[in-house]
Amino acid sequence: MSDLMTTTLLMGFRRRRFRWAFLTSILILTVLVLSCMALVLGNTIYPLSTVISVIGGESIQGATFAIYTLRLPRMLTGLFVGLAFGIAGSTFQNLLRNPLASPDIIGITSGSSIAAVFCILILGLSGPLVSIAAVISGLLVALIIYLLSRSGGFSGGKLILIGIGIQAMIQSAISYLILRSNQNDIPSALRWLSGSLNGVRLSALPGLVSVVLIFSSLIILLGRHLRILELGEQAATSLGVRTDLIRLLLVLSGVFLIAYATAVTGPIAFVSFLSGPIAKKWVGSGLPTEFPAGLIGAILVIGSDLIGQYAFSTRLPVGVITGILGSPYLLYLIIRMNRQGG
Amino acid sequence: MCPHPLLESHHLVSGYGDQVVVNDVSLSIPKNKISVIIGSNACGKSTLLKTLARLIKPMSGEITLDNKRLDHIPSKQLARHLGLLPQSPIVPEGITVSDLVSRGRFPYQSLFKGLSAKDYEAIEDALNIMGIKDLANHHVDELSGGQRQRVWIAMALAQDTDILFLDEPTTYLDITYQIEILDLLTDLNRRRKTTIVMVLHDINLTARYADYIFAIKQGKLMREGSPSQIISEDFIESVFGLECKVIRDPVSNTPFIVPKGRHHVLEACS
Repeated sequence: MSDLMTTTLLMGFRRRRFRWAFLTSILILTVLVLSCMALVLGNTIYPLSTVISVIGGESIQGATFAIYTLRLPRMLTGLFVGLAFGIAGSTFQNLLRNPLASPDIIGITSGSSIAAVFCILILGLSGPLVSIAAVISGLLVALIIYLLSRSGGFSGGKLILIGIGIQAMIQSAISYLILRSNQNDIPSALRWLSGSLNGVRLSALPGLVSVVLIFSSLIILLGRHLRILELGEQAATSLGVRTDLIRLLLVLSGVFLIAYATAVTGPIAFVSFLSGPIAKKWVGSGLPTEFPAGLIGAILVIGSDLIGQYAFSTRLPVGVITGILGSPYLLYLIIRMNRQGG
Repeated sequence: MCPHPLLESHHLVSGYGDQVVVNDVSLSIPKNKISVIIGSNACGKSTLLKTLARLIKPMSGEITLDNKRLDHIPSKQLARHLGLLPQSPIVPEGITVSDLVSRGRFPYQSLFKGLSAKDYEAIEDALNIMGIKDLANHHVDELSGGQRQRVWIAMALAQDTDILFLDEPTTYLDITYQIEILDLLTDLNRRRKTTIVMVLHDINLTARYADYIFAIKQGKLMREGSPSQIISEDFIESVFGLECKVIRDPVSNTPFIVPKGRHHVLEACS
């Protein structure tokens, strides 16, 4: 009897783990297919074999420039920025147990944006300095939101409302900076309103890739701690989780991901916000969602960029497409939150 | 540390912010026994339990486990000795019973390894003791309040601690489930020799199920001892401010209090 029991128990665990691995593999496969499409499609459609030989180092007239200089950086940036937004978004959402607690809703993304806008448009900086400023500013905004929501007793709902307010304030400051800037800069400045993959360069990639790899791994490694934190403060403490330390590490990693990615592409609307809930629906909740959410983020960015580039007569930046996808969901959540009384 | 370490508090002061709720409490939790902390509302009994279970940092004084201060023991190691059933834990949406119970094994897991054979054994044991093995692959959301409470206790059991704290484990449960939970905790105490410390509201159930009682009034430890030693009409009057008669529980022969109110009191009793 006991053996039989152990078997059903083990089978249950195995089945759920297998299901998770299977569904995650489908996401990986989708990311791969979309990435290939992003290399194949364009003004000229190159067959996959040409794409492979160009990446392999072969020089083919026309194709090398289009693929190596234009499409590959665009695709890789989309991939890593998507991972960063997705993983960071779902980490924040899981930490606060609320889908509205995504960094692009509660102002952390805007906090990074404004520093980048200021550095690029006003100071004329570029490269790593912009990223550093974006990280510091994102951390500062996160700290301000936290401190404001702590006065008179901390609550997740209060943090979200304060964050939404801060977000609106920063957004208007960004608009002001853009209005003040030189007219020639405006096309490049507009990306800071909704995010775009236009004009990304191969040189920005090594930094982005290392930041995403380091902090995503850290978040995924801490996933087991995060699963325990989800049971509430008391349960987590008594299970031996150092709650303050783990939360701090997770928030810092999340802000680094968001800020660095934002400094490269601008705040691609709603990717952080959408990835977590979609991942939860896809793999089923109660299982780790950070990595699947990263993959969903990559799918959203690369997929929306393809739609933005080729589905309409004019080319739209990726943020416009993700914005169209995300806003109905935001409205739905706010209406639901209002019904439940916060 | 020996298998059943001794938990003690020395001149413990604790509370929230600047507000002192527990004032100068020195006590020693009897090993392998069921201890119950009682007292009227807002007397500090729950705060005392939470401080002993290290959810609240003491303002002064200290808590020791085998003479070692709690804050000098690494948190994961401590989690193998002290477990807690929180008052209002959060069920992650869509989680299954066995996945939730498996989280009780967290203190035994390293960063990279999954669940070991020993972990599965502990999870199975916990499900068996709580009588919920048939529910292992069900979603926790679908269960009734009493069943959920069993799942949470099973998670605390999978943690396999020497001492288990429970903050009002029977609140919001029907009387049938209250008795069921208290019986299961007694089974656990007898089978595994787990030391149990809990806060209960019901004095008569406390008198029946507790081996030892700590009575708290206005943050101070007023009396301690076995139910038969300490429960009397004067004692209830001084701790709860309630006039009552104490008779013997016809089922368990433990003290049983019958409260007197202002109404429905026969003349012979007043």
